[in-house]
Amino acid sequence: MSFVAQNLACQRADQLIFKDVSFSLSPGEAIWVKGRNGAGKSSLLRICARLLSPLSGHVEWQGEDIFKDDDIYIGEYHYLGHLDALKHAFTVRENIEFWASFHGSPNVDFALEQFELQALADMPAGMLSQGQKKRTNLARLVASPAKLWILDEPLSALDQQYIALFRERLRRHLAEGGMALFATHQDIELEPVNILNLDETAL
Amino acid sequence: MSRFFQLIGRDIRLAFRQGSAITLSLSFFVIVVVLFPLGVGPELAVLARIGPGVLWVAALLACLLTLDRMFQADFEDGSLDLLIIGPMPTEMLVLAKVIAHWLTSVLPLIVIAPVLGLSLNLPGDSIVALTGALLVGTPTLSLIGAVGAALTVGMRRGGVLLSLLILPLYIPVLIFGVAAVDASIAQLSAAPHLLLLGGVSLGALVVGPLAAAAGLRLSLS
Repeated sequence: MSFVAQNLACQRADQLIFKDVSFSLSPGEAIWVKGRNGAGKSSLLRICARLLSPLSGHVEWQGEDIFKDDDIYIGEYHYLGHLDALKHAFTVRENIEFWASFHGSPNVDFALEQFELQALADMPAGMLSQGQKKRTNLARLVASPAKLWILDEPLSALDQQYIALFRERLRRHLAEGGMALFATHQDIELEPVNILNLDETAL
Repeated sequence: MSRFFQLIGRDIRLAFRQGSAITLSLSFFVIVVVLFPLGVGPELAVLARIGPGVLWVAALLACLLTLDRMFQADFEDGSLDLLIIGPMPTEMLVLAKVIAHWLTSVLPLIVIAPVLGLSLNLPGDSIVALTGALLVGTPTLSLIGAVGAALTVGMRRGGVLLSLLILPLYIPVLIFGVAAVDASIAQLSAAPHLLLLGGVSLGALVVGPLAAAAGLRLSLS
């Protein structure tokens, strides 16, 4: 069980953002993607989530290219991007419920409890604050199990208490043999963590 | 397969909660049709002559009105990313979206169309033909519209471009749809026209999801 990225290069609007980015993840490992604004952190994560094709290089999950043979990769990862993917007309529970059952083997109550959302469960997502929306979105991660978490700025809008709570959830995920690939500007205080600095691999 | 129905159910529930999609296209349809007697005068013979065309054109435009939201709403809040990388093939995803669009934005038009037909002095038989033609023909509108919606997703003011792309493709549906109603007004069989409409719909059912899925991948990459 491994995730390997080799010699990735990414181009956006005729501009080469990064090249020769390689890393690998084994169960229990986490990679913290760092870099200045515009270094390509989000693009790298979108490539790993199959949302963007790399200019060159390849990404393998258990030895299979995720862009050619994606059958075994689909459903094995969660992607959490900048946007919250919440429907404002639905309640917190309905939002989590939909994504969890769309992803497979849902456990909504567990997720609500893990991110302390029980009190908000029946509130429309449109009424939530930014931090509450983020927590609802993070709850997707545990509402249906997946080996790999790809997280783009998972801590933004969270207060100290919930950053600590999220760190605990992430630690448990890693302890249970999960993997994580995340980009954040805040210090997550996670140990051990491998750091991938896109500034060093920059052009 | 359960995911397919889940997605349809989600879109229908959203449409009912927000209410805008259903009431928007429905009230647009009613107002456009009602404007025509005011514009051309109350002569019953004239109204019966232009009635089928008016109803069909109004249905095309009303359908177009909600098309740009088919993928746009999910694109804007990031849901589309998650749907695309999910376990459902993109073609099935498009088909689920199309079915939800048809049920929430087009089916209400078909329900109200007989009443509007009466107000345009269409004879009873031709109202049956009209309803039949709408039922058989309008799935094409959602299916072809999905291709345009997929190509313009993420574009600012994509709705105008969408209309220009899609309206010309609606011409066959318009021609056969109006012909079916005209035939029944002339006491002829509407069946050949309905069969042609059905053929067009089946063709669109095959091509639409494939083309729209390709369009979505293109727009998102």
